[in-house]
Amino acid sequence: MKQLPADYYQLLEQLQAVDFVLVELTLYLDTHNKDTEAIKQFNHYAKERKKLRNAIESKYGPLMQFGHSYSGQPWNWDDAPWPWQV
Amino acid sequence: MWVYEKKLQYPVRVSTCNPKLAKFLIEQYGGADGELAAALRYLNQRYSIPDKVIGLLTDIGTEEFAHLEMIATMVYKLTKDATPDQMKAAGLGDHYANHDNALFYHNAAGVPWTATYIQAKGDPIADLYEDIAAEEKARATYQWIINMSDDTDLNDGLRFLREREIIHSQRFREAVEILKEERDKKKFF
Amino acid sequence: MNTLRKTWHPYISPFDPCTPIKVKTYSTPPNLYMGFQPPGLEQFTPMEALRAGTLWKAFYDPWYSPYEKAREGQ
Ligand SMILES: [Fe+2]
Repeated sequence: MKQLPADYYQLLEQLQAVDFVLVELTLYLDTHNKDTEAIKQFNHYAKERKKLRNAIESKYGPLMQFGHSYSGQPWNWDDAPWPWQV
Repeated sequence: MWVYEKKLQYPVRVSTCNPKLAKFLIEQYGGADGELAAALRYLNQRYSIPDKVIGLLTDIGTEEFAHLEMIATMVYKLTKDATPDQMKAAGLGDHYANHDNALFYHNAAGVPWTATYIQAKGDPIADLYEDIAAEEKARATYQWIINMSDDTDLNDGLRFLREREIIHSQRFREAVEILKEERDKKKFF
Repeated sequence: MNTLRKTWHPYISPFDPCTPIKVKTYSTPPNLYMGFQPPGLEQFTPMEALRAGTLWKAFYDPWYSPYEKAREGQ
């Protein structure tokens, strides 16, 4: 059975970190909608996440579906492992 | 609509095969102050709350589903390869008889999840105060579970979840401030 | 800075059967004192923030089991 390399866990944690900043800023901006600095920071990390997400998906397959990620050939969205299995 | 992302919000780790901890943890899966109740409570309140705070309820409600998946992952890992004997020894014999090692939405005492755990009063202040209380109760539950657990990896994930309750409570408190603000006095940014 | 834990001393009867806990502690997290969060609060780096569970240092209030140490000592 195929196991994921250390690189996967590293990349994933980097994305988790950037996405966490985005979650925090989202909730903050929901109550502080005029904080221009926070919005700038949000947009910066939104760009950052795109790079990380592409890096992960090119090596380990799509993170999202319903068309939010491209598919490989054959369809690889439903490839194991799932998040709770890794 | 909602779109699933194939990753956990936080890198969940569990160091030991310990179904006993799963029995306690399931409180945050299908208990009164658990993550399922939280997600459903906030998302349902959105339809009758002033527009200014719908975004917040949507986003916190969505994050709660990410937490639900973290708890599920913890329970899954703690019980994945546990034998019927290990399940029995952990006090999960009743659970095993009904569900094998499947997860189910019930609390630590085996009581199934019920919609009576959540409220929707239709009054914005009453609903937000309920949400603040729910966050503080969830925070306390995490404390009591951490107190019973000696799995350092698991506790690391539980500490993350407890900290999130502090932030959610903070945002709901701010939502109350926004709703009670006098129209002409502009004091927030 | 506010303290994040408060203590109290429960009444102890000579007829209490369990070994009395002399001091009880409860949590009073930063959200109780923050009010409306001001802009520009000091932040963690993204990796630190993920580990802390919050982006802002002022909200960081981790809970450790008071029993964990005692158990290790056994
Ligand atoms: Fe929460």
